[in-house]
Amino acid sequence: MRPLTATRLKKSGLNAAGVLVVLFSVFPVYWMVATAFKPNDEIFTTRFIPFPLAPTMDHVQRVLTKGVAGHSVWQYLLNSAIVAVGTVLIGSVFALLAATAVSRFRFRFRTSFLILLLIVQMVPAEALLIPLFLMVKRLGLYDQLLGLIVVNVGFTLPFAIWMLRTFVAAVPKELEEAAAIDGASRFVTFWKVLFPLVAPGLVATSIFSFITAWNEFVFALTLINDQGKYTMPVALQFFTGQRSTDWGGIMAASTLMTIPVIAFFLLVQRRMVSGLVAGAVKG
Amino acid sequence: MPAWLIPYTMLLPGLLVIAVLLLYPLYQMVDMSFHKVGLRQIRPNPQPAEFLGLDNYTQALQSDLFWISLRNTVTFAVITVALTLVTGTLVGLLMHKLGKKMSTFVIVGIMAAWATPPTATAIIWKWMFDPDAGVVNWLLNLLPDGLSTLVFGRADWSGQPWLNDSSTIYLVLIVAVVWASFPFIAVSVLAGLKSIPSELYEAATVDGSSPVMTFRKITFPLLKPVFSVLLVLSIIWDFKVFTQLYVLAGGTTNRDAFNLSLWAYTEAFSAPPKMGFGAAIAVILTVIMLLITAVYVRQIVRTEDVR
Repeated sequence: MRPLTATRLKKSGLNAAGVLVVLFSVFPVYWMVATAFKPNDEIFTTRFIPFPLAPTMDHVQRVLTKGVAGHSVWQYLLNSAIVAVGTVLIGSVFALLAATAVSRFRFRFRTSFLILLLIVQMVPAEALLIPLFLMVKRLGLYDQLLGLIVVNVGFTLPFAIWMLRTFVAAVPKELEEAAAIDGASRFVTFWKVLFPLVAPGLVATSIFSFITAWNEFVFALTLINDQGKYTMPVALQFFTGQRSTDWGGIMAASTLMTIPVIAFFLLVQRRMVSGLVAGAVKG
Repeated sequence: MPAWLIPYTMLLPGLLVIAVLLLYPLYQMVDMSFHKVGLRQIRPNPQPAEFLGLDNYTQALQSDLFWISLRNTVTFAVITVALTLVTGTLVGLLMHKLGKKMSTFVIVGIMAAWATPPTATAIIWKWMFDPDAGVVNWLLNLLPDGLSTLVFGRADWSGQPWLNDSSTIYLVLIVAVVWASFPFIAVSVLAGLKSIPSELYEAATVDGSSPVMTFRKITFPLLKPVFSVLLVLSIIWDFKVFTQLYVLAGGTTNRDAFNLSLWAYTEAFSAPPKMGFGAAIAVILTVIMLLITAVYVRQIVRTEDVR
């Protein structure tokens, strides 16, 4: 055995700190999942039960069949998925066009547009809730998932353009120039040369927009009144009754809502960070 | 199509979306704040809104709820921004020092907290702070009675209702928001650290610089642009926190727990709706945020490559 030197001691200290950080981060999520699979007598107790002693699917089955607020949780998951996918489909087309414009062309107001993108991201969504509520109502989109999609496109687009622009800029211009020399039209160049190369960036950007729309709470709370059209974050509020909370049910539903997000996160984590702090890190 | 028109055409849909969904509502919010906008103005065939001048603002500034909400907003933001940045930076520095495997392990671990949707975050912490079956009270009861009495003035935590009183609601809120937002800071700081050439650190070590000195003289100055972006983003996120507060405070009934966002929302959307008044509060919130962030926004615009 090697002697315990100061460096090794320091290293194990650092590793211990790392484990503590992971415990602090993971425990609440683990606790949500563990509670979802515990029978009620293991949930409503002052004892600490670290994992389900008699694991049960009761809560998961209950929220998927009986549900809450008159509908199965499937319905709310479906509504959330419709809103998130709709936001991504519309948003990514707009974002790709705008991102290509700002990174492939020089034109007047280009810089102004980029600064505008930065500044509108500072505007608090909650502050715009009131005028947007009235606008959605006037357009006849109140109580419709389409209304939520439209609003989510507005709030995800500036960041999506900002993030996607770095991916477009990373594709060498020479490829498109070569295609143009070979006689390809502008559209063919865009579709056959640029698009396949930007596709991974488009996926990363889309996942970011998907997560934002999937998690969105304030607009879903305000723009939807019909319980059958609630999205997951809003539906979760209905597990809390006047007197008691169905903790097993709410944890099962939260788990179902969280799983897709964590899966997506693992896919794009690196790119999201580079997009958010893009430019700031350059030496 | 002439070539010079192409970029504008490609920009048009995005620009329209931003104009219609962000800029126009921004103008409308300001406009509404000078008017009385109630039920009659939001029904079909709306009546024109009555112009009030600054009445909504004077009414807001004279309300008790204004000072309660402002105090809650500012206290929460200051504490949370500080805690998030310090925790995030420390964890970022830690990950930089760790070996490759361990650092990947930490990244994947903190991502769990980061990825959890805000509504789920609030619900999980509400459950952990449950008076009877919550794991936090259980943990506090584990402390030796003498120590617990010395630090908190009590030994028995069974049944401690964290979510009844506004000050403890904010305590839980701070924990929940810091938990969810430090991972982003940590990963960003790590990305920044990786961009600093290791020669600088080697030189510092040769010159006998202490770790604190190295951080102050090398790491911090080089990461300053990253920190200012992170500071602005954190201020923006924490000043307008809504979702987590709404869930933890149990909706809009606990007036002592209002912050400016929740107060504006409550005035505008509970019966009878006072949308003009709510808009005035939202304008106040936006102006405060803009004043605080203006300096830093300028710096971001300067450092980001927008040329």
